[in-house]
Amino acid sequence: MTKTWNNGAWWLVLPVFLMVSFNALLPLMTVVNYSIQESFAANEFFWAGSRWFQELLRNPDFHASLGRQLIFTGIVLLIQIPLGLAIALCMPRKGGWASFCLVLMALPLLVPWNVVGSMWNIMALPDIGLLGKGLNSIGINYNYTRQPMAAWFTVILMDVWHWTSLVVLLCYAGLVSIPDAYYQAAKIDGARPWAVFRYIQLPKLKHVLTIAILLRFMDSFMIYTEVIVLTGGGPGSTTKFLSVDLVQKALGGFDLGPAAAFSLVYFLIILALSWLFYTLMMREEAH
Amino acid sequence: MAKITIDNLRHAYISNPTQPDHYALKHVHLDCADGGAYALLGPSGCGKTTLLNLISGLLPPSEGRILFDGIDVTHDTPEKRNIAQVFQFPVIYDTMTVYDNLAFPLRNRGVDETEIKSRVENIADMLELTATLKKRASGLTADGKQKISLGRGLVRSDVNVIMFDEPLTVIDPHLKWQLRSKLKELQQRIKRTMIYVTHDQTEALTFADQVVVMNNGEVVQTGTPIELFDKPRHTFVGHFIGSPGMNFLPCEVKGGKAIVGGKPVEAVNAKSAKSGMLELGIRPEFVSFTTKGIAADIVKVADIGRVRVVETRIASGHTIKLVVPEGQDIPTGKANISFDPTRTHVYENSWLAGDKMGAAA
Repeated sequence: MTKTWNNGAWWLVLPVFLMVSFNALLPLMTVVNYSIQESFAANEFFWAGSRWFQELLRNPDFHASLGRQLIFTGIVLLIQIPLGLAIALCMPRKGGWASFCLVLMALPLLVPWNVVGSMWNIMALPDIGLLGKGLNSIGINYNYTRQPMAAWFTVILMDVWHWTSLVVLLCYAGLVSIPDAYYQAAKIDGARPWAVFRYIQLPKLKHVLTIAILLRFMDSFMIYTEVIVLTGGGPGSTTKFLSVDLVQKALGGFDLGPAAAFSLVYFLIILALSWLFYTLMMREEAH
Repeated sequence: MAKITIDNLRHAYISNPTQPDHYALKHVHLDCADGGAYALLGPSGCGKTTLLNLISGLLPPSEGRILFDGIDVTHDTPEKRNIAQVFQFPVIYDTMTVYDNLAFPLRNRGVDETEIKSRVENIADMLELTATLKKRASGLTADGKQKISLGRGLVRSDVNVIMFDEPLTVIDPHLKWQLRSKLKELQQRIKRTMIYVTHDQTEALTFADQVVVMNNGEVVQTGTPIELFDKPRHTFVGHFIGSPGMNFLPCEVKGGKAIVGGKPVEAVNAKSAKSGMLELGIRPEFVSFTTKGIAADIVKVADIGRVRVVETRIASGHTIKLVVPEGQDIPTGKANISFDPTRTHVYENSWLAGDKMGAAA
């Protein structure tokens, strides 16, 4: 049997291709274009080759932001993934309380990012905020506008409040899809709760956990709005993460070339780390 | 191993049952001998899986008691009852090897590793799983996985009863037969009490020494496959077991004989029938063509392999099926049929007339 090849069908893909071009490929190529040139005034461009990339990779400020970003994302993942999983395990599976818990859990996800920043900004103010005033009144010297540790604590607490729900909801969906027979078999086999978690729940949650880790990694690595509203990258530059640094360069300095090189390196780091996470988590599947 | 007594058991899934219809299991009283092979047979929704889960302890009964060797276990956990269960869909621990899967119930009970090794190897050999012991369980086919589920029950030498909840549902047809004979062989070899739930009569009749037929939350009849075939206690059993099912015809009883279509017919228990709705029951295997007898029109002949099923209609409009062996001639158009008198029974209000159980109902 011979197949009929009709290349006319490619025309049907054209609209999607155009759309993707305009909203992804063209902007990306523009960035690539900027990253290898030096710009003066409005429309004068000179070839710069790999100069911006070399400068960026040798820049101690960039190293510092990257370091802060990696530490922040690391801490956020280490807290949110186990905490989200633990909350999901504790949530009721049936009845009115199940729906109530789900709604409660979904609430933080519905709050706009800049509102989250403002809320925590006000709440953490040492003189009037509930959290700030409360901590100070029990004798803890807390001022997130002046103390780097306090600023980090607040940013992490805010991110945990905002995003742990996502991990909870994903894990919960994974847990309710495990058939009852598994739990019954475990009961009959005399498995302790820890063994049920280790050999039934955790393996069955592997895929949703992979998704949760990837999403939380990408989002926390790109965190911008909440931090800008809460601390503005300060005090000093102690909470200046990669995105904050990038925006300062691109908008503040109008250094299009270095900012473009920064963007590309930023993008490649996220891509590479996502690939690494995915490959590590899916490794066993291949065997 | 244990003798299991199910003492006046009832179960409702709702909290305050008032009417009989609220009960998924209406009233069950049953004894399972130690080392016996039992099948719970019935249509979907008849309560057989409920009964199974009550025996295993996955559900607490609303009323009644369950005894293992005379000891009340009604409120014990499945673990304490020391039972094993194979579910409809294979349950395996994905991340473990086949060996670890089989060793899991023993490790949970703190059995020593050398003992585990010898028991697991023994069971793997019995189930023909030896070659796959080092492989990950998730890579096996459905029948292999189901063997692991079964193996996890068999490794515990002190298991009181092994229960099967429609275990062959997801198995390919050509492997079903193999696994079924394997189960039967194992049962005869290790002589453990086994209870097998199914809606498939072939599975039940080939596996079990005693078949418990259930309908609508009640046990209708318990007996050997032969008893169920020869002497169904209820019209439901007659219909449900055998293919095609038993013929039932409305009849009257006069002078110790049943009257069907105006003709007297001899029946084993005609004298016991008194009042109520009376029916004559006869298996298609015991109806034959004769020169005299009840006149019938031949409606349809279906060849089902070694035998043919002939559908006839008598003057009253009722259908009677016959099973005719190969090589025997089938008349065309009109014919006369007669019933084997030793195989013909009268049913009173759907229960076998004169039968103890029928009288109780």
